[in-house]
Amino acid sequence: MSAIAPPAKAARQAPPPNDVKRHNLAGWLFAAPWTLIFLVFMALPIIASLILSFTNFGIANLQNPFDLHFIGLRNYAQLAHDQLFLQAALNTIIVVVIGVPLNVGLALLIAIGVNQGVRYARTIFRVGYYLPVVTSIVAIAVAWRFLLDPDAGLVNNLLRVVGLHGPNWLGNPSLALPSVIFVVIWRNVGYAMIILLAGLQGVDPALYEAAHIDGAGAFARFRSITLPMMRPVLLFVSVITSVGFLQVFQEPYVMTQGGPLNRTLTISQYLIQQGFDFFNQGYASAMAYVLFLAIVILTLVQFRLLRPQT
Amino acid sequence: MLQAGSTEQIIATPLPEEMPEQPGRIQKKTSTSWWVYVLLTLGLIIMIGPFVWMVLDSFKGQAELAQLPSTWFPVAPTLGNYSNLFTQFNFPQYFLNSVILAVSVTVLNLLFCSMLGYALAKLKFRGKNALFLLVLATLMVPSTVTLVPLFVLMSKLQLVNTLTAVILPESAGALGVFLMRQFMRDIPDELLDAARVDGASEFYIYWRLVLPLSGPALATLTILTFLASWNDFIWPLIVLTNDQSYNLPVALATFAIGQHGTDYGLLLAGAVIVVMPMVIVFLLLQRYFTQGIAMTGLKG
Repeated sequence: MSAIAPPAKAARQAPPPNDVKRHNLAGWLFAAPWTLIFLVFMALPIIASLILSFTNFGIANLQNPFDLHFIGLRNYAQLAHDQLFLQAALNTIIVVVIGVPLNVGLALLIAIGVNQGVRYARTIFRVGYYLPVVTSIVAIAVAWRFLLDPDAGLVNNLLRVVGLHGPNWLGNPSLALPSVIFVVIWRNVGYAMIILLAGLQGVDPALYEAAHIDGAGAFARFRSITLPMMRPVLLFVSVITSVGFLQVFQEPYVMTQGGPLNRTLTISQYLIQQGFDFFNQGYASAMAYVLFLAIVILTLVQFRLLRPQT
Repeated sequence: MLQAGSTEQIIATPLPEEMPEQPGRIQKKTSTSWWVYVLLTLGLIIMIGPFVWMVLDSFKGQAELAQLPSTWFPVAPTLGNYSNLFTQFNFPQYFLNSVILAVSVTVLNLLFCSMLGYALAKLKFRGKNALFLLVLATLMVPSTVTLVPLFVLMSKLQLVNTLTAVILPESAGALGVFLMRQFMRDIPDELLDAARVDGASEFYIYWRLVLPLSGPALATLTILTFLASWNDFIWPLIVLTNDQSYNLPVALATFAIGQHGTDYGLLLAGAVIVVMPMVIVFLLLQRYFTQGIAMTGLKG
């Protein structure tokens, strides 16, 4: 290695002109396949969707996609008066506002427990908590639908053992959304936990030791060492979790189909109903952009709140 | 897209798989930690219990499932639910579709993402930074934004109800590019320049030098992509509307909200078939999974 390093270094410091050309050509050749697919199947649809959101694109347009009728902001205006959309938006906000802090908080507690609280069986805890993350949401939603069954479900059977009469978790309008949120967290908490655990392992143990010698208690150490050191990782986990929770779809789709009384209908679910059951595709596109905007805003807000302080 | 920069700068430490035992007082002060074990174990039961229960119940016959109070272990274990799935329904076809989708999407992502990753990590070309920003921005876009135009495009291309319609848009993911670029950046430039001086073409360098050195990143990308594709649901639900073309999750969901919605045993057996391959792969390769997630997570 060392024998060939010097000439290579020299070549890198002063690249001959044909080297630049070579890099440009090779660079774009290597980038071409990915970029081409990206442009056709990602960039184009993102732009098309924005355009469609200002039209009344519907089932007739599937034959003539370019026969567009622009209706200005009417789709967006209609959203503001659509009771179902407002209900779906409210449900989605509840999922995010309740679900994200619970998910990240629980994940942090588990990560700290696994990292600092136990000496043995760390791998078993890590693997166990992560297990639901690798499974199909549809499949686990099917399983939880039966687990939460009021009569035959395991949850109520266990409650019966201790003499309690469990409710109809998914059939009760005020319990359905909390039950869905529980399943969403059950499926996702392991992902956040693994990332936070990796973050915790990056914190210098000497900091804790110094604090310990200074007589700081466990809570003080958590507040003045763990939290500040973990800010960037917490930010990342919160953003990823929020982006995911804002798009919740499969759990309610399989467990409740949005019911009872639309109490578990989410924006993604309503969007797909409008777009692909009723073929109001212009309207669905407007909804998609509202969701997109919500994701961008929520992300920016979290950057504000959790920005690393230097 | 900012998240990449800020987290990367602050926490760019490689991740130790197991934290070395911390010296000093904190580790020794474990006398109060029994309750941590108790709480973590309770949580663990909530996480793993449903899988155990799901497998057990899938081996029960209809009569036993209807019986109250329910049994814990199958009293008369039966494969009836599974044989029903495979003989009376199209499950062999769904399984095959899922395998074809996951394999194709994974292979294409490995190829395309590593190519772009190489270009972004090791070549200087005009537009490179813009392209990289584009890749990062993509990670923020909700999948529902592209559904409608993508469906229109696929129906114009006459690809609705074909597996190609699922494979094409998913063959060039952003996360893979990011992962490959981050990993390939750490391969020393001297090695590549030496090969260039010796007259190697860029393709040779990519194929014979860089790819063989990128084993861990390729392994991680394989696992993440295969997993995502196996569990993929929303786009297949939209574009695969014909019974023959379903993948496993779409088939299972269609059963669950359709006329088989109360066929407990059948649905649980279906769920086991969808879940178990990934659970087994995960248990065998768990190190790569969690390392990979943490790697992509922390670095971006």
